[in-house]
Amino acid sequence: MATATKTTNWLVDMLTSTLGRKLIMALTGIFLILFLVVHLLGNLQLLKDDGGVAFNRYADFMGHNPLIQAISIGNFFFILLHIVTSIMLTVRNRAARPVQYAYTQEGKSSAWSSRNMMLLGTIVLIFLVVHLQAFWAKSKFGGLSETSLDGKSVHNLYDATQVAFAENWIVAIYVLSMIGLAFHLFHGFKSSFQTLGLNHKKYSPFIHHVGVAFAVFIPAAYASIPVLMFLKQESMSLFALVGCFVLALVFSMVIKPKQELKKSEGGAG
Amino acid sequence: MAGNSTHKLNLTLKVWRQKNKNDKGKMVEYKVVASPDMSFLEMLDVLNEDLLKKGEDPIAFDHDCREGICGMCSLYINGQPHGPKQTTTCQLHMRSFNDGDTVYIEPWRAKAFPVIKDLAVDRSAFDRIIQAGGYVSVNTGVTVDANEIPIPKDVAGESMDAATCIGCGACVASCKNASAMLFVSAKVAHLGLLPQGQAERYRRVQKMIAQMDAEGFGACTNTGACEAQCPKGISIKNIARMNRDYFVAKLTTEEAL
Ligand code: HEM
Ligand code: SF4
Ligand code: FES
Repeated sequence: MATATKTTNWLVDMLTSTLGRKLIMALTGIFLILFLVVHLLGNLQLLKDDGGVAFNRYADFMGHNPLIQAISIGNFFFILLHIVTSIMLTVRNRAARPVQYAYTQEGKSSAWSSRNMMLLGTIVLIFLVVHLQAFWAKSKFGGLSETSLDGKSVHNLYDATQVAFAENWIVAIYVLSMIGLAFHLFHGFKSSFQTLGLNHKKYSPFIHHVGVAFAVFIPAAYASIPVLMFLKQESMSLFALVGCFVLALVFSMVIKPKQELKKSEGGAG
Repeated sequence: MAGNSTHKLNLTLKVWRQKNKNDKGKMVEYKVVASPDMSFLEMLDVLNEDLLKKGEDPIAFDHDCREGICGMCSLYINGQPHGPKQTTTCQLHMRSFNDGDTVYIEPWRAKAFPVIKDLAVDRSAFDRIIQAGGYVSVNTGVTVDANEIPIPKDVAGESMDAATCIGCGACVASCKNASAMLFVSAKVAHLGLLPQGQAERYRRVQKMIAQMDAEGFGACTNTGACEAQCPKGISIKNIARMNRDYFVAKLTTEEAL
């Protein structure tokens, strides 16, 4: 019969266990959540009505500051780790049920987003590839026009975003991907706290509500950038962001955390 | 008996039939007439009588106490473990079904729970997880007085809540990953919360999780399906507690396992 294999190194032992893999998912997931916040703050400068001066200055700073460069390498590493670990978990989880049920009603006991994290993650991944090759690769490896700013010549990344977001299909890809991200975060945000062992009736409802608000606000705010640029309505940006925020609050209030279950004590049904 | 229902339920059953663990198995259709007062297992007993009379092989399914306390009965009924109510199959009654219903009956599906025959699966993987650390070692000797060890009421209550786990495996059956986290966490919490369980607390959680992984159960995606389907309402708060104990154990203890 199967017995637990002995591994000598405790760290390898821990990180290759099911719980350890989930720890990696949660920590990298939380890092990516923080990244989403910082990246959004920077990108919102695209909506400033100044012909791209503020955004290009920011992009130039981000592209040349050594600390940012180091963090960006860490970011790539963490996203890769998140993806590789998610594949290892998915392979294991599929193998754990070799014969499927002929008939299931999984929807009665769990949320759709929680059962489709790999699908949702893949949508985010496809988006990342499209997004990185459109903007990041161009600013690294060439393909951007130049503009002069503060007396020096810098990449005109703002111009590239304007060209991209004038295409309706690119805007559509962005919006759809953000819906995928929203569902990924809807489950992922609270799930990461559960994985880290943080589940307590004192603060879990708070994590739930913040998580729902986050899962709505962040993707909606991201999506508003290409939409407003497509519509050439950058001046409406403040209005749009307030709208995203109100939407997030409404969702957060409407979607309640799961009730604490009452013991059934083997009662008859 | 007064109060018995007079109306009958005509049901179409689609039951998983598999001769032995090497057989491929398939769904087979049966017709059965049941009373709403019967338990689900009694309904299967009626069907089996019928099959025996016809000289056919009766359907194998697990059961023991038929009181909802042993955890032996299983069955994935109409897409949910133990059927539509949050209870065990022996405590599920035919009043939960309607005349003319089609009822799918399948065994627990998990690599770690191989089918023995028809609807009966081998759940000894759970036993091996318990053997790996799901116990408290005590010295023999004179009986200890009741209440000699003080335990705060809410701690005792939480431990008791976890202790109600009957090891049925519905959590594994309901999980999209066939994960055993709810079961293992219930055992870890039940023993780890009590003063008597402290000595082995960190060794226990590591040993049990290592065994759980070795048995081939899936990992946890925190979908919450297990707690929604658990007949004893075991909370996934226990999984969070187990994760905490496991990480603390790995990061702070020096004992080599
Ligand atoms: C900005 C991008 C992303 C963020 C912020 C993010 C965030 C998260 C978070 C917080 C979790 C919950 C971890 C836990 O349950 O403890 C999670 C889980 C998951 N993520 Fe992501 N993720 C991102 C991208 C991706 C990508 C690109 C993929 C795969 C291609 C992916 C696949 C998964 C999977 C499969 C899970 C569930 C793992 C499991 O519990 O079984 N994610 N993600
Ligand atoms: S946790 Fe609940 S569903 Fe899982 S084995 Fe225990 S009683 Fe059954
Ligand atoms: S037969 Fe014992 S719990 Fe159902």
